[in-house]
Amino acid sequence: MDKQDTSDMGASDARPVLEGPDIARVLTRIAHEIVERAKGADDVVLLGIPTRGVHLAQRLAAKLEEITDRKIPVGSLDITMYRDDLRMHPPRALARTEIPGDGLDGRLVVLVDDVLFSGRTIRAALDALNDIGRPRAVQLAVLVDRGHRELPIRADYVGKNLPTSLRETVKVQLAEEDGRDTVLLGVKQTQ
Amino acid sequence: MQRHLISAADLTRDDAVLILDTAEEMARVADRPIKKLPTLRGRTIVNLFFEDSTRTRISFEAAEKRLSADVINFTAKGSSVSKGESLKDTAQTLEAMGVDAVVIRHGASGAPYRLANSGWIDAAVINAGDGTHQHPTQALLDAFTMRRRLVGRDAGLGQDLSGKRITIVGDVLHSRVARSNVDLLHTLGAEVTLVAPPTLVPVGVETWPCEVAYDLDGTLAKSDAVMMLRVQRERMNAAFFPTEREYSRRYGLDGDRMARMPEHAIVMHPGPMVRGMEITAEVADSDRCTVVEQVANGVSIRMAVLYLLLGGNEPAVSHTRIEEK
Repeated sequence: MDKQDTSDMGASDARPVLEGPDIARVLTRIAHEIVERAKGADDVVLLGIPTRGVHLAQRLAAKLEEITDRKIPVGSLDITMYRDDLRMHPPRALARTEIPGDGLDGRLVVLVDDVLFSGRTIRAALDALNDIGRPRAVQLAVLVDRGHRELPIRADYVGKNLPTSLRETVKVQLAEEDGRDTVLLGVKQTQ
Repeated sequence: MQRHLISAADLTRDDAVLILDTAEEMARVADRPIKKLPTLRGRTIVNLFFEDSTRTRISFEAAEKRLSADVINFTAKGSSVSKGESLKDTAQTLEAMGVDAVVIRHGASGAPYRLANSGWIDAAVINAGDGTHQHPTQALLDAFTMRRRLVGRDAGLGQDLSGKRITIVGDVLHSRVARSNVDLLHTLGAEVTLVAPPTLVPVGVETWPCEVAYDLDGTLAKSDAVMMLRVQRERMNAAFFPTEREYSRRYGLDGDRMARMPEHAIVMHPGPMVRGMEITAEVADSDRCTVVEQVANGVSIRMAVLYLLLGGNEPAVSHTRIEEK
């Protein structure tokens, strides 16, 4: 699994490492970095990975629009059916894949997710992109990079590098989904 | 529901809604230039057809191939079955080949149940029509078509069909489509009325969760969907009704009758249609007739069923939804 299911994380021992204002600040920084690297964000398309990556992509798009005064297309990319661990778990319900009207061909696609961990989700996302179109380039923006990569994948834009141990869990909460903005670091409960 | 899909009656409301929602996502794949997902790569599915059915078989085959499964088509004609091999022997042969799922169409009601519960085979069994008993994926694709047309493509997600009134017209006696639809539509909260000549209503229909009427005109005005069944000429060996013309006059759907249906109501047919008898060309070719949509939706529904039964190490149906992360 790319990210930890945090249902087994006791709320009491989880400590916040990023709060609402920090999240807003790092997203603003990432937006500026995108504009700088893409030299204006002319052909940028943001694709969020459900569930929370989609909300982050929408927030980033709003910030990019403030900076560039241009409408930035946002979509979502569900990678469930491209996962390499499908046979290790019961099938999951599918989430939305929504590709902006003009498609991805020749565009700079920025994948957006909340936590970067093993890298397997991003590998699946690259496979999924392959079936949908041919972007000019693909970049990756994540809110938190917690390390422990299992594949040679690296993010282009990182909100916060968070060195963790494998016994720890990282949980991102966003207002749209969970009612508040925070990143929680907890200890995995062993049963 | 267990690891198999044998009957529409086995599905709970949540199972059925999960399948319909999954199919909605699968339908998006059909709109893409590359209509293929790697989801079932390395899985082997056998389409075991003891009865001819080109339509259902190619629909399953398209769904299986879009999910990257390896597909083996088996038709009884010309096989060892015509030389007297039993279902058990066929099953054991398939088991020895390491098949992951069997899609079975059989003329005998209950054959898929037997295959799933006999211990002959370990694979998931999907019923693609057995005798006059069940055809669950047909019922699911019909419900999917109704939800799309009557509730809406996006508005329908997570919704059932509660409050919708569906009329099913024709040869209910021989129809596994009618049986499956009554079960599933009832589970999804719709009110179902069967309309048929008294000779084509099965014994014991009073125990089914639906109404029965003998007069089509009386039910049209309050129907959200009218589903016409095929009158199977090959099954009309007994005198179920006097003449085709008589049947057509009382139970056929023509332009006049369609005009009496509410504005939003749709006309459905599982196909193949016998134009001029159960449905006129005028109705069959109108915008309100969903026959062609039903075919396209059939592929999406079968992809959803295959994904939910085979996509993981255990079936998703009847399990609580797992958090995405």
